[in-house]
Amino acid sequence: MITELGHFALVLAFMAAIVQTILPMVGAQKRWPGWMAVAEPAATLQFLMTAFAFAALMYAFVTSDFSLKVVVENSHSAKPMLYKISGLWGNHEGSMLLWVLIVSLFGATAAWFGGGLPPGLKARVLSVQGAIGVAFYAFILFTSNPFLRLAVPPFDGQDLNPLLQDPGLAFHPPFLYLGYVGLSMSFSFAVAALIEGRVDAAWGRWVRPWTLAAWIFLTIGIALGSWWAYYELGWGGFWFWDPVENASFMPWLLAAALLHSAIVVEKREALKAWTILLAILAFGFSLIGTFIVRSGLLTSVHAFANDPERGVFILIILAVFTGGALMLFAARANAMEAKGVFGMVSRESALVVNNILLAVAAFVIFFGTLWPVAAEMGFGRKLSVGAPYFNAAFTPFMVVLGLILPAGAMLPWKRGRLGRTLWSLRYAFGLALALAALVWTLQSGRSALGPVGVFLGAWVVSGAVVDLWSRSGRGVNRFGRMARLPRADWGKALAHAGLGVTIFAIAGLTAWESEDIRVARLGESFAVAGFDLTLEKVEERRGPNYFSTMGTVRVMRDGRQVALLHPEKRVYPVAEMPTTEAAIDNGFTRDVYVVIGDAQADGGRTVRTYIKPFANWIWGGALMMALGGLLSLSDRRFRVAAGARKQAAKPVAAE
Amino acid sequence: MIRAGLTALLLAVAAPSLAVLPDEMLADPKLEARAREISKGLRCLVCRNENIDESNADLARDLRLLVRERLSAGDSDRQVVDYVVDRYGEYVLLSPTTKGANWLLWAAGPLMLLMGGGLAWVYLRGRARAPHPQDAALTEEEQERLRRILDQQDG
Repeated sequence: MITELGHFALVLAFMAAIVQTILPMVGAQKRWPGWMAVAEPAATLQFLMTAFAFAALMYAFVTSDFSLKVVVENSHSAKPMLYKISGLWGNHEGSMLLWVLIVSLFGATAAWFGGGLPPGLKARVLSVQGAIGVAFYAFILFTSNPFLRLAVPPFDGQDLNPLLQDPGLAFHPPFLYLGYVGLSMSFSFAVAALIEGRVDAAWGRWVRPWTLAAWIFLTIGIALGSWWAYYELGWGGFWFWDPVENASFMPWLLAAALLHSAIVVEKREALKAWTILLAILAFGFSLIGTFIVRSGLLTSVHAFANDPERGVFILIILAVFTGGALMLFAARANAMEAKGVFGMVSRESALVVNNILLAVAAFVIFFGTLWPVAAEMGFGRKLSVGAPYFNAAFTPFMVVLGLILPAGAMLPWKRGRLGRTLWSLRYAFGLALALAALVWTLQSGRSALGPVGVFLGAWVVSGAVVDLWSRSGRGVNRFGRMARLPRADWGKALAHAGLGVTIFAIAGLTAWESEDIRVARLGESFAVAGFDLTLEKVEERRGPNYFSTMGTVRVMRDGRQVALLHPEKRVYPVAEMPTTEAAIDNGFTRDVYVVIGDAQADGGRTVRTYIKPFANWIWGGALMMALGGLLSLSDRRFRVAAGARKQAAKPVAAE
Repeated sequence: MIRAGLTALLLAVAAPSLAVLPDEMLADPKLEARAREISKGLRCLVCRNENIDESNADLARDLRLLVRERLSAGDSDRQVVDYVVDRYGEYVLLSPTTKGANWLLWAAGPLMLLMGGGLAWVYLRGRARAPHPQDAALTEEEQERLRRILDQQDG
C-alpha cells in the first residue's frame, strides 16, 4: 500500500514539475504576477511529493519488502540496517530517485530562501529547475521505475554488492549527487539570466552561493569516494583515473573555475559570457557523468548498474539541455558585454589564468576519458588510456596552478604590480624553498617528486597565511583585526591552504611509500621501514551476512607496540563475492596498512604491508577545502543578499 | 549438510588471490623492481581499468609471470613491452602510444592551453584598453531600479 502511494506521489511530483516549468515561464514573459507566483507552491509540492516517494521506497528497503523488484535485487534480510538504507541508492533506480529528490530540494530551497531575487528572475530560475525535474521524472517513470512489483515475491533478496556495504560508500553517492545536482541551480540561473537578457553584478552574487554549495558537496563526495577506495580495494590506491572518477572530477574542476569567475562578475562586471558558459558546461559535465555511469559506455569499476537503453535517454536529456542552453547563449551573446576595466597585471587577470588552467585541465581529462571510444569508432583502434596518461597530462596544470596561486590571490583588483606582490610573499617563498632543500638532503637517491611536492605545498599554505596577514593592516593589534576579517577571507585562505596540503600529501605519499610483500609464518617477525610486524594468529569468524578470515598482526616500533591490526578476507555467500578488508593504523604522519592473503602450502600466509606517509593529509586537505567553502558560504554578504527582504522587516521587529 | 555446502561455496568463490604474490617475485631485487614498473603500465585485459600489478585476475597473474620470464631471459624493458603488445594488441598499454591519430591525444592539453591562453590574451588586452564606463551616468532604467531598491531598504 505504501509502495503504491509512493508511486502515486512520484507521478504527482512529475505533474507538479510540469506546472512549475510552464506557468512561471509564461508568466514571466507576459509579466503576469499570478502565474509567476505559481512557481513557489509548485516547487514546494514537487519536493514534498518526491520526499514522500523516497520515504516510501526507503520503508520498503528497511522492512525488506521482497515484493519489490529493486529491493530483491539489492537487499537481503540479514544485511545491517545502515546498508539496507544505503541499498536504496546503491542501485540505478533508487539512485535516480535520490537524484530527483535533490533536484526538487534545490528548487524548493530557491523558492523558500530566494526572497531577495527579482520576481521575474526567480520565476524563470524555478521554471528551468522544474524542466530539469520533468526530464528526470520522465526518465524514472518510463525507463527505471523503482516501484515495480514482482508477481511472485522470493523468500529473500540477492544482497547488495559487498564492496558497497561500507560506511564510506553509504554516504558517498548522496554527497556526490548533492554536488552534481547543485550545479543544476547554477545552470538554471544561467539560463534564466540568458532568457531575461540581463547578466550583472547582482546575478554574480546570487549564483555564487549555489555554486559554492555544489562545489562543497562535490569536494566531500569525491573525497569520501577516494577514501573508500583507499581502504577497501586492498592496495591503498586513492585515485585510479577511472572513467567514473573522471566523471565526478570534471564538474569539480569546472565548478571551481565557475566559483572564481563569478567573483569577477560580482566585483567587476567582467567575464560575464565566460561565467555563463561555465555554468552551462559544469552542469553539462554532471549530466555527462551520469550518462557515463548509467550507460556503460565506458566500463569501469562502477559499472554495477548500467544499461544502454537508459544511456540513450540520458544522452537525449544531455543534448536538449546543454545544446539548448548553448544556442540560447549564442543568441544572447550581446547581452553580456563586459563593463569593468582592468590592467594586464591584476586580480582579474589572475582569475582568468586560474580559469584557463582549471578548464583546460578538465577538458584534458574529458579528452582522455573519451579517446578510447573515439579511436575505436573513428580509426578502428582498440586502445586504453590509463593512469600514466592522466598523471602526465594533468599534473603539470596543477603544478602551475600551485605556483601562481599565492601571487594571484594577493594581486590587487584593477591594476597591480607583480614585483610588489611577490615581495610581500618573500618569506613564504623562502620557507618553502628551505623546506624543500631540507627534504632533498634528508631523502637519499630518490625522485625529485618529494621535494617539489613539499615546495608547492609549503608555498601555497604559507602564501595563504601571508594573504590573511597582509589584510590585517598595519600597526598594533593586527591579530585582533585578522580575527575580525570577513569570513569570506578566512574561507579563501583555508580552501587555498587545503589545496596546498593535498598537493603535498599526494606527492609525499607517491614518493615515500614503502611496500613489503611476503609469506609470513605465525609468530614470526619481519621488519618494514622501521616497523616490526608479527602475524600472531589467523581465525575464521562469522559476520551478519559474511564469513571472515581474520588475522591478528602486532605492529611494534623500537620495542613498543604501535597497533594491533585485524586484516580480513571476507566472503559474502549471497552475492558470491570475496572482499579484502585492509587493517589500517591511522597516524598523523603515516598509515600502517596491512592486507592478509591466502594460506600457502607451507603453512604461511601472504601478508602485504604498506607504510603510507601523509596518507590522511590527502583527505584532510580536501576537508579543509570544503570547510573553507563553508566559511565563505556563511559570509555576511551572502546572507544579506539572500535575506534582503527580511532585513527590511527588522526595524518593525525591534519595536 | 548446509555447512558442507557453504564450505564448498566458500572455496569456490575464494579462489581469486591478491595482486603480486611472493612466489611470483624474482630473486634479483633490481629485476623485480623493473618487473613491477612494467606491470604498472600494462592493463589487465579482463578487468575494469586495472593494471596487472594490482589485479587479482588469473590472466593478470599469467601476464606478470610472462613479464618476469622475459626479463629473466635478458630482454630490455622495451622488448618486454613490445613482446606483450605483439600478442595482446595496443589495448594492453595503459599509456597510449603517440602513433597515428594518438598524437592528437597527447597534444590536446598543450594545444587547448595555447588556444585558451591566446583568447585570454586578446580579452585581457581588450579590457586593459577599454574606455572607463564609470564616466557614463546611469541610464534611466537603472535610475529607476536604484530608486526602487532604496525605497525597499527604507520601508
